[in-house]
Parts: sequence; C-alpha cells; structure tokens
Amino acid sequence: MSVAEKVRPVQAPVPAREPRVTDEHGRRIRVWELVLRYVLLLAVLALTVGPFLWQLSTSLKGPTEDIYSSPPSFLPGHPTLHNYERVANTIPVWDYAFNSLKVAAANVVTNCVGSALAGYALARLRYRGRRVATLVFILAMLVPVEGIIIAQFTTMRELGLNNTLVGVVLPGCIAAMNVLLMRNAFLNLPYEIEEAAYVDGANAWQRFLRIALPSVRGTLAVVAIFAFMGAWDDFLWPLIVLSDPSKFTLTIGLNYLHGTFANDERLVAAGTVIAVAPLIALFACLQRYFFRGVGEGAVKG
Amino acid sequence: MASSTLSGARRVQRVRRQLPTSPWLFAAPGLLITGIFILYPFVSTLVNAFTDRRTLIPGKFVGLANFRELLHDDMFWIGLRNSTLYVLGVVPALVLLPLLLALLVQKNIPGITFFRSAFYTPVVASIVVVGLIWVWLLDERGLINSLLEGIGVGRVGFLSDQWLLLLSAMAVTVWKGLGYYMIIYLAALANVPRELHEAAAVDGAGAVRRFVTVTVPAVRSTMVLVGALSSVAAFKVFSEVYLMAGPSGGPAGEDTTLVMLVQRTGTGLTGRVGYASALSVVVFVVTVALMLLVLRADRREET
Repeated sequence: MSVAEKVRPVQAPVPAREPRVTDEHGRRIRVWELVLRYVLLLAVLALTVGPFLWQLSTSLKGPTEDIYSSPPSFLPGHPTLHNYERVANTIPVWDYAFNSLKVAAANVVTNCVGSALAGYALARLRYRGRRVATLVFILAMLVPVEGIIIAQFTTMRELGLNNTLVGVVLPGCIAAMNVLLMRNAFLNLPYEIEEAAYVDGANAWQRFLRIALPSVRGTLAVVAIFAFMGAWDDFLWPLIVLSDPSKFTLTIGLNYLHGTFANDERLVAAGTVIAVAPLIALFACLQRYFFRGVGEGAVKG
Repeated sequence: MASSTLSGARRVQRVRRQLPTSPWLFAAPGLLITGIFILYPFVSTLVNAFTDRRTLIPGKFVGLANFRELLHDDMFWIGLRNSTLYVLGVVPALVLLPLLLALLVQKNIPGITFFRSAFYTPVVASIVVVGLIWVWLLDERGLINSLLEGIGVGRVGFLSDQWLLLLSAMAVTVWKGLGYYMIIYLAALANVPRELHEAAAVDGAGAVRRFVTVTVPAVRSTMVLVGALSSVAAFKVFSEVYLMAGPSGGPAGEDTTLVMLVQRTGTGLTGRVGYASALSVVVFVVTVALMLLVLRADRREET
C-alpha cells in the first residue's frame, strides 16, 4: 500500500482519513468515485443476473403461490421442486438433456480432433495446395450460416440424415474458425523444437502428437469450450433438421414446451433452469478460457 | 533464423517424400466437412435461387422469376424492413454500452472479477433460455409490468404491440451481447497508454472530455470491429424474434425478420427451396454490403 503515498500533484488533496483503495496504477481512488462505481456495478448486476434469479424463483414457487402479485414477491414463500417433476412428466426433459449432451460432446471431440489435425497441416506441413486449403477455410468462415441453412437441410435430406442427432452435429463438427484458430496457435510455436525432433527421426504424426499438440492445450481448451457451448445453445439448425419430438435437444424441447404450455410460467421456468444450469456451472469453473475465447474469436471473426 | 527455417523446410520436404499422403490425411476431415456442409450448400443456394425447387420436387431453371416475385412479396419487404431496423436499433447500443461497461469494470477494485464474470453470464446462456426468461419478464402480468404498475405507469403490452415487440427483442439482443463485447473492449482498453489519460487530466479535461478525446480514439478500431460483428449478427436475427413474437412473427406477421422468412418458406415437406434460396441470396448480399460499409467508413475516418 506504500504506492499510495506517491500522490501525484495533479490529484486534488484528499482528507487523511480516507481509506486507501488504489487502482491498478497505484493511484488513490476517491471515496465518492468508489461508491459511485459500486452503485453502478450493483445496478448492472441486478440487470444482468436478476432475470436469471427471477426465473429460478418462479420455478420454485408452488401451485398455490401467486406468481403475478403486485408488488412482486421475489422469494418463493414455500420453495418446492414440484415444477421440476412436472416438467419431466410433461416433456421427456431428461432425454432432451441427454440428447443435448450427446450432441455437445460429439461436437467437442470432432472439433478438437478435426481442427487440430487440419490446423497442423496448414501451419506446419509443406505440401502443394496448402494455400488453397487455407483459403477454403477462410472462405467457409465468411459464409453466413443463416444464408445456407435451407441448402444444408436439403443436403441432409439427400444424405438421409435429417431428423437424426448425427445430422444436428455434422455441419458444425469441424468449424472453419476453429481450424484457423489452431493454425495460428501452431504457427506461434517455435519451429526449432520440432526440427530437433525431426533430426531425431520423428515423423509428422509423432511430432504432431508428442510435441506440437501438448503446446497448444490452451487453444484446444478454448475450442472445446466454445464447441460445447455452441452445440448446447444452438437453436435454428436443430429446429430445422429435427422434426421427431423424441429426438429433440433441450433448446428445441423448451421451444416446444413454451409453444404448448405458454401460460404455465412455473413449468417453462423450471425447464429453462434445467437448460441453463449446466452451462453456468461450466462457466464458473472455466472462466478464463471463456474470456480468452472471446479475444481469439473476435480477432478472427 | 532464416537459414534454419529454410533448412527446416527442406527437411520437411524430405519427410513429405517418406509420407506422401500424410498432409492431406491431416487436412482431409476438415476439408471434407467444410466442402460438403458449407461450400456445397453455399453454391447450391446460389443455384437454387434461380429454380422453382421444392423440398420434394427437384425443380427447373426459372431465371429471375424468384427475384421478381420478391419485389411484389409484402412479407419480403416486412422482413427486410425489420432486419434493417434491427441493425439500426441494436448496433449503436452494442458499440457504445459495452465500452462504458468495460470502463466500469476496468479498475481493479475489490470484487471486480466477480462483477466481470456476472456480467458475462447472459452470453453463456442459450438464446432460447434468454428469450423465454424475457418473455416471462415482459409478460402482461410479468415482473416488469407489475413493477411499472407499482410506480403508477400502468401495464405496457411489450409483447402484443408490433413495434414494442420489435423494440423488446432488440433490448434482449443488446442484453445478451453486452458481456461479450465488454470483454473485447477490456482487451483493447488494456492497451491504451495511461500517459494519455494523465496528460489530458493535467490539461484539466473532465471524465466526459477524456472519454471523447482519449478513450474513443484509442479504441476506435475495436469499435469498428464491434460495429461490423454486431451489424452482421443483427441483420441475421432469428431466435429472439421467433421466441418472443412466435413462429408466425407476431400480429399479422408484422414482426417477421428476413431469416425467419427464410426458415418459414424453405423448410418442411412443402418448403419452397428455390424461393427461400433467393431470400438467402438477399441475406448474403446485405451481409457483405454491411461489412464493406463499416470497413469503408473506418478507412474514410482514418484519412
């Protein structure tokens, strides 16, 4: 805290009893500014997290409790898990969750393996056509998915894969953006280590698996997390490709629940909590990869 | 350095001779998937736009008939209007608000990492969850209306009026995007030299003045990036409006967006693939135009 003594002349003299909270440059933050900051932070917190808590609260309110009361009651009077039982009796919500999990897990595996392999080829292996291959992925990244979704649907029909979970996964299973992310990660590795391995007689597969891949674990984790989140949260594509209610993923199931039982707010609330809880848990555990992904994705995107 | 990479290249070329197929094996899965599910559908969208193909009928070449039909299709103009309004409404908010938010969470005061993470939560949630949360919040008898009634404003039909519905959907898009662009801005702000701020402070510039003369010019290229990303995303809006207005696009379909129209026209067993492809081509053209527009505005400002 000694840095706080270095008060710069430009700063107004401050009363001595002020608590010494400093910013990242070691400059003292005035109390009124600090209070203002926390007031604003709490206001934004209420705006961003409040809606989730209200949904949670609604889902825990029993059938006799008035959920429309004015003024609203923010906490459930007698919290109950009754609505979660009812969701499971209304739609096969756990099957849908399992379908979402299968789709998300498959998406993680294919994206990690596929984009690491392709990214390594683009970054390290010399072969004719490498520039063309890179260009293919760059062009693919620029194609707006919403614009080709009908053609993707007819392609899926031609392959006989519409209305299957495989059909849900396939179009995004090796996203071009992930390939380019991995390519950049491999390009940033020093070449010398792999060269040394080559001198020791390691072939391309060995250098990829033993040397290059372990060095890009961070980027791989980003790819994995965004692949999981993308698949778990996706709506438009599964909505188009899935028509059989037994194959629904959670998002499509929720949309169905909302369309059919729109006036049963407690039921819909319980369904949304089931859908969002796993991702919030994942985010809470792996925050730094989420933030890192935003940075890397934005630079490419 | 240069010589070592050169010899490295030569050595790798020798490896290529040993394992002639391996580079292509590495790239093959990615190229196959991209080719079959992105590039082929892209080309086939361009081709189908000039046919009367339906889901179950192959269709034949019809020239510009689909595009002529577009011009007389009220629903197309409604969709184009709504998607354009969406860009105009959402983009300024998503360029400015996350920047202010980033400034708010930039200083390392106690507990700030918690706030940063909390503000990011809406980004993590599925758009379906977010849409349904807001449908309930904005319900005729929902939380926001009971609060409004409590302060004497009275209940507002957020989800029943055509324009209020579109505005509410825009607000939801902004709400969900705030945290994402906040993180992008945080990275940009970290690179702003603090001497600039100090110099401005010495010159007696207040907080607003410093924001306009120091912060904004320093993160201008990031603002352009956010503008480009958010305008392209806003024009392609689907889920928010679909969930809040319903599949048919609200009262008399007046809230239909262009991508909702693509989805409604082109899917199902009676889907008009040809016509939906023509609509998709419009989506492509506007998306590319938006990107060029934003980037060009950037260049003009620079000179």
